[in-house]
Amino acid sequence: MRVLIVEDDPILLDGLKVGLGLAGLTADAVSSCEDARAALRAERYAAVVLDLMLPDGSGLDVLADLRARKDATPVLLLTARDQVADRIVGLDAGADDYLGKPFDLDELSARIRAVVRRGNGRATGLLKWRGLSLDPASLSLTRDGKPVPLTRREFAVLRMLMEHPGSVATRASLEQALYGWQEEIESNAIEVHIHHLRAKLGPGLIETVRGVGYRLAGERP
Amino acid sequence: MRSMRGRLVAILLVSTGAVWLCAIAWIYWSTQAQIEQVLDARLREAAGMVNSLLTDNRIEVAVAASEATELPAGFGSGVSYARQLSCQIWSLSGDLVSRSEGAPAGELSPASDGFSETVVDGERWRVYAIANEALGVRVLVGDSVAVRDRLVADMIKGLLLPAALLVPVMALLIWLSVRQGLLPLRDLARSLRQRRAEDLRPLDHAGSPTELIPPLEALNGLFRRVEAARQRERDFTTFAAHELKTPLAGLKTQAQIALASDDRTVQSAALAQIVHGVDRTGRLVRQLLDLASVEAAEPPRQVEACDLAALTRQTVEELAAKAAQQGVAIAIAADDEAGRAAGRAEVEPFFFTLALRNVLENAVLHSPLGGTVLCSLRQTEGCAAVVIEDEGPGMDPAEIGRATERFFRGRRKAASGSGLGLSIAQLALGRTGWSLTIENRGPGLRVTLSAEPSHG
Repeated sequence: MRVLIVEDDPILLDGLKVGLGLAGLTADAVSSCEDARAALRAERYAAVVLDLMLPDGSGLDVLADLRARKDATPVLLLTARDQVADRIVGLDAGADDYLGKPFDLDELSARIRAVVRRGNGRATGLLKWRGLSLDPASLSLTRDGKPVPLTRREFAVLRMLMEHPGSVATRASLEQALYGWQEEIESNAIEVHIHHLRAKLGPGLIETVRGVGYRLAGERP
Repeated sequence: MRSMRGRLVAILLVSTGAVWLCAIAWIYWSTQAQIEQVLDARLREAAGMVNSLLTDNRIEVAVAASEATELPAGFGSGVSYARQLSCQIWSLSGDLVSRSEGAPAGELSPASDGFSETVVDGERWRVYAIANEALGVRVLVGDSVAVRDRLVADMIKGLLLPAALLVPVMALLIWLSVRQGLLPLRDLARSLRQRRAEDLRPLDHAGSPTELIPPLEALNGLFRRVEAARQRERDFTTFAAHELKTPLAGLKTQAQIALASDDRTVQSAALAQIVHGVDRTGRLVRQLLDLASVEAAEPPRQVEACDLAALTRQTVEELAAKAAQQGVAIAIAADDEAGRAAGRAEVEPFFFTLALRNVLENAVLHSPLGGTVLCSLRQTEGCAAVVIEDEGPGMDPAEIGRATERFFRGRRKAASGSGLGLSIAQLALGRTGWSLTIENRGPGLRVTLSAEPSHG
């Protein structure tokens, strides 16, 4: 799951990037309104973490632009201005959630998961599919109650597939969701992750749609 | 405290009283002159009547004086005045022929004709004399001056008594009028008293008397200035909170990463970020305190000449070691003539050092690795100046004007700047009568601390 972080403080920006990475998210980081606008036009993000006071303007303007383009990407405002009046302005401007600084890293990742889940129209955090149960919060997967160890990337690929069961995830969209800008992507990276997942979960679960991508096999139980 | 009402009442009472007294004096003098005229006319008529009666032989000379005095009784307004008219008839040879009842035995006047004033037996008299050559007698008719004076005094008393009785009534009326007249002032005072401390809405002066509008407008102006100052304070607090909460959020996030990660590289990177973050936050706190202390400080009354070169050298030495850690050198330009001329200048050392330190720190922050910050003393148009030049990216020309705004960080900002350094420098210099100018110089920024006061 790929998120965009807009924050002008370099230490916090670094912390968010690393911290959200630990929580299983892929984070792109920018530190100005201009860069944020460019990034939002270029990529699709699962969510945006947005600071309000930026060197070249207010994060609220970025938010307004995004909503003016009918882009419903969930936005979580992260700012020191956390008075009730500020929160109301932010939420009315189209933000999905609001978190005051300083915050708890775990709470931030939980809130990101929550706004993404609501954006996908699901009520519960757990993703289930034919005996598989995936918990995005604890980055854990169980099969018939027994835990299955996965790497971060494998987990991310499986989550993409389980979020939209039955529909095809293209290789490009999987790459886009898994890798940030600075990361080198091997040309067969996705195939390698799928290969490992099939080894761990058995062969019949993930189908290859030739020339397009992958999907979960079989009907929804 | 002096009361305006008391003052007004006193002024009105004194001036009204003075006008009143003048009027009484005027009436006194004019009444006296008129009474004198009337009484003199009475004397002349009485004397003329006695004389004509004598001439016509209608009365005997021997009884003429006593009978004649009864005739002019109608002249006086009261009995006590009428009885005082005295008449004597003297033979031309100098014997008293006849006199009226109240008349003294001594001769009333030696004059043979017309008015005269005499003293007879210690009493002053106003006498009119007619000499009748045919009968060989002199007719003298006199008035006691004391009686005349009493007549005038009684008239004045009659005037003064009601006036004296009216004085308290007038005082009361004046007091009430003044009180009524000052009612708008009292209303204003009451509405100000009832105001809550944070209520800085302008006072409504529609319907106020014109005299009150200037002070009301002055008050409203004061309210506006106080409100603006409070708004600035609120903005400052908001910005300061943001500036402090953000690094705190960074520290907490990095600490949580260090706790959560098993990877040693991730852990040590997070810990290094924490150390860096604490340094930055410490500097920010110091700058906020500097800003507060400069704002609270009164401008020095007298600024003495200081050794500018020594102050500059000292500040540069304090900062050089830390700058060197960041790979930046701070150099002082070689001693030249201009530098020596600027050696002493009138400046307050605390404010100057504070400004210089912040400008230097700012220059170091924006310098590239291996860059040099050059600090030189100059003398331009008789004004001492310290110029700091760095090799950093300079500022966006559109943003230079905002460089001294608090918490303003331009597009080409340094990673760890707080946006306070140049604000502090400008404020501190302003307190000591100096000014700060900022300009791009090709690559890099030139900041000039000048003894010339700013014109802005």
